[in-house]
Amino acid sequence: MKKAGIIISLCAAIIVFVASCQTDQQIEYMRYYSGGQGLYTVNCQNCHGKNGEGLSALMPPLTDTAFISKNKDQLACYIKNGMTGMVKVSGKFYNNTMPPIELSPIEIAKVLTYVGNSFGNRVGLISLKDVENNLKNCK
Amino acid sequence: MRQLLGILILCLLFACTSNKIKTLPIYGDREPITKITDGKEVTDTLYHTIPAFAFVNQYGDSITNDSLNGKIYVADFFFTTCPSICPSMHRNMLKVYKEFEGATDFRILSHSIDPKYDSVQVLKKYADALDVKGNTWWLLQGDKEATYTLSKSYLVTTPREDEKEKFIHDGYFILIDKQKRIRGAYDGTVEEQVIKLIEDIKILRNDPEQATK
Ligand code: HEC
Repeated sequence: MKKAGIIISLCAAIIVFVASCQTDQQIEYMRYYSGGQGLYTVNCQNCHGKNGEGLSALMPPLTDTAFISKNKDQLACYIKNGMTGMVKVSGKFYNNTMPPIELSPIEIAKVLTYVGNSFGNRVGLISLKDVENNLKNCK
Repeated sequence: MRQLLGILILCLLFACTSNKIKTLPIYGDREPITKITDGKEVTDTLYHTIPAFAFVNQYGDSITNDSLNGKIYVADFFFTTCPSICPSMHRNMLKVYKEFEGATDFRILSHSIDPKYDSVQVLKKYADALDVKGNTWWLLQGDKEATYTLSKSYLVTTPREDEKEKFIHDGYFILIDKQKRIRGAYDGTVEEQVIKLIEDIKILRNDPEQATK
């Protein structure tokens, strides 16, 4: 009986140990991701939907993983400056206007980390530095 | 005595079951009116109703209050370039549309509060993008003042212009019966409320009072 107790506490210790082994980057990622979720709900969900599904032929979905990873460095610019004109997403053409969304660079980084790692996307952390660099090179 | 009691219980049961037919409340101010019919004084209730209007839909057809005679309808106020609540509202309105598409006694009316930009062509393009066909869902535009004044009779916040959001308005879906009375108001941005609206439309369509007119 005593033995079982020891084993359990040992296991618990190992779990705590492993959990604390998360690298700084993972912790940063989690922080960005969870902050980004709230920002998404407030700033993007109206148009792009709760699950990034978009809205008919009016609002493109955020589920086109190839589009998101290919344009990873332009995403911050879409948010800062808006987006207009013809765009092909998930094999369909959209021709509408996304208004500029008023977010600070750190908020853009958070919301993009959320979008970039939800709805099937897997681009990893998009840091404040990434966003600041990308915003300098907007087309 | 026993028999009487039995009958009484039966009556009560009956009263209960007949009470079970669900009806929706009637909203807005009401006033009693007395009129003389056949020499007798009759008191009637005058309900708040939606007044006459005339607009144009996405096909360029003229739509008036008479176009809605014999129809139950849902109304909202929006504009096609709305950056905030409208996409959510119309994502939800599409559910209502799909549920009752093609029904001859039902319509959806979306009034543009930005008729200057939302021309008939713009509204048609918007309807096409939503994949809205036929005559179930009319997107209406016309005189801006008339639209804003009409919004008051739906008991929603009167739209106003705003520098940042362009227009401030609320996202209510208003349910109107065949007598043009308000039977419900639902937050069009909240999915659960729109599911309730769909249920309420079904209740209203089954209301015997709505069957005749
Ligand atoms: C008012 C509606 C609206 C809002 C709010 C909005 N978008 Fe968009 N978004 C659009 C439209 C419309 C397009 C397509 C523009 C075009 O046709 O060129 C688009 C395009 C995009 C694209 C590129 C195409 C795609 O689907 O992958 C991304 C990424 C994107 N938006 C992300 C966001 C994020 C993140 C937010 C919140 C910070 C946001 N959008 C807020 C309407 C909106």
